[in-house]
Amino acid sequence: MAVPILKQGAFLIASIQSALTDTDLVQLRDALVGQVGSYRSRGVIVDVTALDVLDSFASRTLRDLAHMVRLRGAETVIVGIQPEVAFTMVRLGLTLEGVATALDLEEGLFYLNEKLRSTQQTTQ
Amino acid sequence: MHEVKDLKSPLAPSQVTSESTATILRELVTHLRENRTQLRQEWAHRITEAKLLTAMSADEIFTEATAVYDQYVEALETGTFEALQAYARNLSERIIPRGVETHEVVGIVLLLRDVLARSLFAKYQGDFGKLNRILDAYEPAANRIANTVAVGFVQERERIIREQQEAIRELSTPVLQVRERLLILPIIGVIDPQRARQLTEQLLRGIRTNRAKVVVIDITGVAAMDSQIANHLVQTVEASRLLGATVIVTGLSPEIAQTLVNIGVDLGKMNTVGDLQGGIEGAERLLGYKVVPIGDNTKNA
Repeated sequence: MAVPILKQGAFLIASIQSALTDTDLVQLRDALVGQVGSYRSRGVIVDVTALDVLDSFASRTLRDLAHMVRLRGAETVIVGIQPEVAFTMVRLGLTLEGVATALDLEEGLFYLNEKLRSTQQTTQ
Repeated sequence: MHEVKDLKSPLAPSQVTSESTATILRELVTHLRENRTQLRQEWAHRITEAKLLTAMSADEIFTEATAVYDQYVEALETGTFEALQAYARNLSERIIPRGVETHEVVGIVLLLRDVLARSLFAKYQGDFGKLNRILDAYEPAANRIANTVAVGFVQERERIIREQQEAIRELSTPVLQVRERLLILPIIGVIDPQRARQLTEQLLRGIRTNRAKVVVIDITGVAAMDSQIANHLVQTVEASRLLGATVIVTGLSPEIAQTLVNIGVDLGKMNTVGDLQGGIEGAERLLGYKVVPIGDNTKNA
């Protein structure tokens, strides 16, 4: 199932609504990394609230996505990881190191806005 | 009673006794029924004399004694212990909250056993062979009854202890909001794996429901933790980060600090501050709060 990608100002929002296959995940990653360039986006939010499992492949793909997006000049934040999912991930050693996370979409937007403002301030 | 037992073996070989155990038991039960009032009184008297069940009044002791006596006789008669077991559990449930100890319960049941044995001695003192047969039937049943009551009491006690442990656990892991989006989790006492898991669950859930951004975990009240629990703490910190919350751990004792270093925690992942005050100040900074004394504030205004 393809994940819709919404453009919201300077950010792209991908809201995952159901369990994804590995192929879906890779497609989502490639689509987001591509669209960051075409829309000149400054940030990407991936909302995983609906997922009750995040396995090693998904974690790695999300981490790769974040790193790739950073190389393309934007920030990524993963939002909405469920408490149970978070603890399971940590137990499996999947800690999404180097990737920003936030409680929900609102927090994610707030985080990216702050980030955007601070980079604008430093460039001014 | 020991003397009697020693004498018994040559006088009463088992084949003689087994032939009429049922009739003997029936006779025994009839005897106990007939002398119910007197024996019951004697028992209640001995209980008070031995200063057992001091938490209960004489009337209460007499009422309970009557009930136990009847159950006792019934168990002897029928040879089934379920009713007695249920009664023992029910009795324990009532008397444990009043501070009745295990030795008291065992003591009163053994007293009843002795009182009844004495009455049997008195009744059959003329017929030694008969006394032996009666005691052969009585002793195993009486011992089993004593056992049943004692085990029932201890089981009930253990159940209560388990319940209380559960309650203490529930109470001992509060997740408190001190400011908008700031939680504190004070941990006091020994952390075992089960409590550690519960702490993590409550914290992660608390982060979600309170929309927390910063969490201060204060472990001043934890004297020591083993590497397994320390690892769990680190995992909790990382899981909280996945939910978008920053964790500040405060009040690490020197021993815990050593444990954390020994297991090789990546200190870049863990934010630690000396004490709870420092932790809360740090959290306020992260959240953009500034605490100003009222005096200064009015001067500025």
